[in-house]
Amino acid sequence: MQTFLISRLSQMALTIFIVSLIVFFLVRLKGDPVAVMAPPTFSESQVEALRKAWGFDKPLFEQYIVFLRKALTGDFGLSIQARIPAMELVLNRLFNTYLLAATSALVGLVIAIPLGVISALNRNSWLDIVTTTAATLGTAMPNFWLGLMLILIFSVNLRLLPAFGALEPAAIIMPALTLGTGIAARLSRLTRSAMLEVLGQDYVRTAHAKGLSNRIVIVRHALRNSLIPVVTALGLQLGWLLGGSVVVESVFAWPGVGRLMIESIGVRDITVVQAALFWFALSFIAINLLLDIVYTLIDPRIQLRGERS
Amino acid sequence: MKVGNQPFGTAPNGTNGILPEKRSFQKSALGQLLFSLRRNRVGLFGTVIVFFVLFIAVFGPLVAPHDPLQHNLRGRFKSPGYTDAKGTFLLGTDQLGRDILSRVVAGTRISVVVGVLSVVIAGVTGVSYGLLSGFAGGVVDNLMMRIADAFLAIPFIVLVVAVSGVIGASLVTLIFILGLTSWVTYARVTRAEVLAVREMDYVMAARALGQSDIKIMFKHILPNVTGSIIVLATMMVATTMLAEAALSFLGLGVQPPTVTWGLMLSDGRQYIGSAWWMSTFPGIAITITVLGVVFVGDWLRDLLDPRLRGQ
Repeated sequence: MQTFLISRLSQMALTIFIVSLIVFFLVRLKGDPVAVMAPPTFSESQVEALRKAWGFDKPLFEQYIVFLRKALTGDFGLSIQARIPAMELVLNRLFNTYLLAATSALVGLVIAIPLGVISALNRNSWLDIVTTTAATLGTAMPNFWLGLMLILIFSVNLRLLPAFGALEPAAIIMPALTLGTGIAARLSRLTRSAMLEVLGQDYVRTAHAKGLSNRIVIVRHALRNSLIPVVTALGLQLGWLLGGSVVVESVFAWPGVGRLMIESIGVRDITVVQAALFWFALSFIAINLLLDIVYTLIDPRIQLRGERS
Repeated sequence: MKVGNQPFGTAPNGTNGILPEKRSFQKSALGQLLFSLRRNRVGLFGTVIVFFVLFIAVFGPLVAPHDPLQHNLRGRFKSPGYTDAKGTFLLGTDQLGRDILSRVVAGTRISVVVGVLSVVIAGVTGVSYGLLSGFAGGVVDNLMMRIADAFLAIPFIVLVVAVSGVIGASLVTLIFILGLTSWVTYARVTRAEVLAVREMDYVMAARALGQSDIKIMFKHILPNVTGSIIVLATMMVATTMLAEAALSFLGLGVQPPTVTWGLMLSDGRQYIGSAWWMSTFPGIAITITVLGVVFVGDWLRDLLDPRLRGQ
């Protein structure tokens, strides 16, 4: 366990270092970072003052060292609009984004696993065909459009749910459904094929032969083992989920980090964009590390080694 | 089709089982594709959709019933089927009285162009990167793959939103941004194949014969990856089209007056309380297009690279 953690953490450190380079060069892609970061209302002299204040007149390497040292302490500079540290703005929104992501992942799993199992148990039945078709449709549908359609149905026509904001608990339902069904579409196909593979294994036949009830065989023997690839995929899907949250938060005006990022781009508050980008990468890396550890809990066969198998 | 039931050595037409016309049919690559399509209904369905979308993308202006940019202030927010002196507006009109159907048709071209071109850029970048990394081996390979991994540590859409938000997007920059942020998977697939093939006897033989690394790369290694790359590229066309729509929807993609499905949905959102058709039809267009591409991708994967199944 220890060597596994050390090796994974050093890999993480390297990845974070490279992510920091990407974030650093983001504002320099167009050449002059001040031109990108200064609000359009600034005068020539104000721009020059900004250049000095932010150290953009120093050599590139020196700039990066300063940037990295600050970034490691969470300091990405002040938000030009809000005049408070950019990271503080991100942290204020963090809870909402994590709440939405966790709820969506839960919605996704709750839909995907039963559907995948039922599909696998009734292979080629109409139920299977309907589920598989719906799953394919779910992956092809843009999530923001699904969000719009939900608003159209539940807010405009049925007047059941609030269309935007996060003022009441019910407001999370539609964004979580939007992202959750996307996850479900991707995971249910996988659960189905993993389940089919496990059902063909010898130990499942043995369990049946021992006279165990169908339910116990399916839940304890088949489902548990077919969850392993599902957890792996969930890790990859979390990237999709975090990305999707940027768009879906904007559709529903959900006050999370993704929406903050879009708002900040709109007013050219680039320090906030950098802080948000860095935080998205950190979250994604951390979540994948956590999932690696979760593997061992659901599959004792997996030995934690330096490398992912 | 009944060949399997015949006794060995005889064919349905009484010849010795070698049907010349059938053999030549199966030999050509196109023939093989068509043959496999006949047995794969989903693939066939996808191919039909893709060809239809391509047709609309190329001949859009000829097919569209109206000018997609033509304002008509007296015909604003008309519901589907509205008819006046200017003709019928099958899918209704938007806030400026522009014909939704013609705009959906016009948006097809942007979606196809962005999807295809950015995938070409990503594919060329990723495959070259993977070839180099795999061939270099050792420390260089390790470092190059770590850099690639870091790109994967930032969710695709987040990265694209940040980059296009900061440098500002036009059609051309958008294509490059989408291409240069989605190359990593190609690099990984190619590199894995290079590592597997590099130690094979025939590569060693080629090397012993004095062939240069570049020649070995292109002649012996690249053909091995082609199948996987084609499948991956097809899937990525779908992903990129969705990303382009999302970016345009957020106002970070192609700017008006260019017509894109994402921009139409962004307009539609503003009037979602009064004009449902504005936000419904462009979304259907995206979904059908992406669905077609995904079906074709699934079929190609089964055909070319069964190892990728389940990913």
